[in-house]
Amino acid sequence: MITEIGHFALVLALCVAVLQASLPLYGAARGDGALIAWARPAALAQFLFVAIAFFALMHAYAVSDFSLANVTANSNSTKPLLYKLSGVWSNHEGSMLLWVFILTLFGAAVALFGQNLPPALRARVLAVQAMIGVGFLLFILLTSNPFLRLWPAPADGMGLNPILQDPGLAFHPPWLYLGYVGFSISFCFAIAALIEGRVDPAWARWVRPWTLAAWCALTVGIAMGSWWAYYTLGWGGWWFWDPVENASFMPWLVGTALLHSAVVVEKREALKTWTILLAIIAFSLSLVGTFLVRSGVLTSVHAFASDPMRGVFILLLLGIYTGGALLLFAWRAPQLQGGGLFAPISREGGLLLNNLLLTTAAATVFIGTLYPLLLDVVAHQKVSVGPPFYTMTFVPIMVPLLVAMAVGPMLPWKRGDLLAALSRLKLAFLISASAALVTLAATGARSVGAACGLALAAWLFAATMSELAERVGLFADPLGALRRAVRLPRATWGMTLAHAGMAVVIAGITGSNAWTTERIVDAKPGDKVELAGYTIALDAVNQVSGPDYTATRADMRLLRDGREIAVLHPEKKFYPVENGNSTGVAIRTNLLADIYAVIGDADGKGGYAVRLYWNPLVPWIWLGAVVMALGGIVSLTDRRHRVGAPARRRRERAAAVQAAE
Amino acid sequence: MNRRGWLYALPVLIFVGLAAGFYYGLQIDSNTLPSALIDQPAPRFDLPPLPGHEPGFSSADLSGHVSLVNTFASWCTPCRAEHPVLQALAATKRVPIYGINYKDKGDAALSWIGALGNPYTRIGADDGRVGIDWGVYGVPETFVVDRASRIRYKHVGPLTQADLDRTILPLVARLEK
Repeated sequence: MITEIGHFALVLALCVAVLQASLPLYGAARGDGALIAWARPAALAQFLFVAIAFFALMHAYAVSDFSLANVTANSNSTKPLLYKLSGVWSNHEGSMLLWVFILTLFGAAVALFGQNLPPALRARVLAVQAMIGVGFLLFILLTSNPFLRLWPAPADGMGLNPILQDPGLAFHPPWLYLGYVGFSISFCFAIAALIEGRVDPAWARWVRPWTLAAWCALTVGIAMGSWWAYYTLGWGGWWFWDPVENASFMPWLVGTALLHSAVVVEKREALKTWTILLAIIAFSLSLVGTFLVRSGVLTSVHAFASDPMRGVFILLLLGIYTGGALLLFAWRAPQLQGGGLFAPISREGGLLLNNLLLTTAAATVFIGTLYPLLLDVVAHQKVSVGPPFYTMTFVPIMVPLLVAMAVGPMLPWKRGDLLAALSRLKLAFLISASAALVTLAATGARSVGAACGLALAAWLFAATMSELAERVGLFADPLGALRRAVRLPRATWGMTLAHAGMAVVIAGITGSNAWTTERIVDAKPGDKVELAGYTIALDAVNQVSGPDYTATRADMRLLRDGREIAVLHPEKKFYPVENGNSTGVAIRTNLLADIYAVIGDADGKGGYAVRLYWNPLVPWIWLGAVVMALGGIVSLTDRRHRVGAPARRRRERAAAVQAAE
Repeated sequence: MNRRGWLYALPVLIFVGLAAGFYYGLQIDSNTLPSALIDQPAPRFDLPPLPGHEPGFSSADLSGHVSLVNTFASWCTPCRAEHPVLQALAATKRVPIYGINYKDKGDAALSWIGALGNPYTRIGADDGRVGIDWGVYGVPETFVVDRASRIRYKHVGPLTQADLDRTILPLVARLEK
């Protein structure tokens, strides 16, 4: 019964979305307040209906209703409740429903919190958002309906892929989707601005919090996904340049560029059309990502069951939304008024450089991801593009970006003095150079790459900190510094945190690439293995059983200088229902390095294949990502997003215009 | 339209090209063998062994019986996913599996089979040249080779138990008749 309500609610949501996509748009064009007023309640109703559908499906998973084909295919009555619930989005149909749920969640948020938006702009934004909703609701109902019944209902389900049964994966897709789909709001704002033919600082200020929120969620989502890969795939890697990973990384790169260029629009009224284009591209890349993942057009470790009909449908949606948006852009963007001029060496110049480098980086990833497909289409040749391609192309783009990232915040608006800015970075330069020298001295001349990586990280971190210190006058007036630090705009704090977080990530990546130590041994209980100054004692290997699996579980002690530091329990789980394995890695971290232990198969002679890794600085990758996301959140609380002084002026002006009509 | 106008139209033009590429990409079944190689004799080759892991693997080993030829590498994530399936198949001794260790470091490959188990009857180390003759464009790939050393089937990507049960093993049974 609840299932039928959910199914019906999804149809109702589609009806509401059709109204929301048409009436407010027409009303905004005609200046008809009654039709404009439709947008908000419609957005809320659409959210409500999709939420009912979503929770109806979740309910079916929670009670293991195997009369639903979707539940049967992806769940099992022995699963712990967490994995029953996360099973909702572990499959194609459910994850598309989650996608639409988050889309309407953002729509409802604009309706609720966009009080300071001019009603016509808000109506247009919500109408464009509803157009996206119509497309994806149709997609779900026509090709990927999770509410289809199965008769007769089987006694039990087929279970969930063991590798997906993990808390990291339970929460990773919702975060990722919050990011992906969150960019739809920036997209809708861009389309609304193109329709209105006006982009001004107020527009940039309204768009910013939504972009920021999406960016934070995407940062968390990507970090979580990579963390999950790190501790479940069981061999210490954390990023594979897999098409599905790239699909989430491209919108992140363009979204980061968008965040920065929107600042220029807000402060200086420049880079307007570029910002609009970035907003369109950021969301389009999310759509391309959905297409790549869902159509099976690229083979990947993440490959989901693919269905050509779905691929064509998503491609059609991509054509309508991205194609339509870019067509509108080609038509309307030339008419947007250009804004302030600036010298190449200036804050704007720095942000523009950031944009060029970030979009080039995104283009590189895009080419690497799609080249095999396009070559297959054009020349019927099969190739695969691997990590060497990305190392060769991506790193040279990131190096100047990181160098410039330190300098940019030091430059004033309009026109800056590069030498003056660099002279303020003397201390940062010294720290960076000594980081390189210390690395070389400690690890020998073989780690030149690592020394450069750490030098870059130190450079960015020190420069970010000295910019902060200068801004609060730490050296000129240490007593007043704290007071001034508290009064700094939250957006400034956000930037400082995000840039510092980036430096931490770079250090982590460098450490992981340069110094990871791996030992693969065939060990019997009682054996001891030396690894990077530690001793790991394999005490025993037992068979244990969990709720829906049995596992080979090792008892290991981690020793340093004969003293016990930790106990490790790596497991190799076997799931009888799914007839599959998953690796339970044991990780002991001291936040500087991880000890990472994996137990493999028995060799039949009493020994086990044991893999041990020492991964220095790797925890910093996720630590840094969390700091970056925190920076975004702090920036989100900036006063200007709540007060919106230009908004009032503009609303008055709009009222005056309406009165004059 | 003036020159600046074309610049604004550029994104949509690029997109149209891409979308067309996507559309044709959907029509291609990316998992089928380019037909040129099906039913052709397997290429001639003589691959050296992994260091200290005699013997190597050459085309002569293939004649006289039906066999599987699997390309793998220690750097390849999907290979890890497929490995237990190969291990299980090897344990049944149903059909010999020959391994082509593709563009890999000898030590890394040795520690891989040391840690995960060795399902292969013979392993040859290939720097990429033999892979080209086989039409390999990525790892893992699995070929079914008949008694007369002809390639009869190619599977792209990690093998699953279902692939074995539904396609590969029935084909092996047919070829052995």
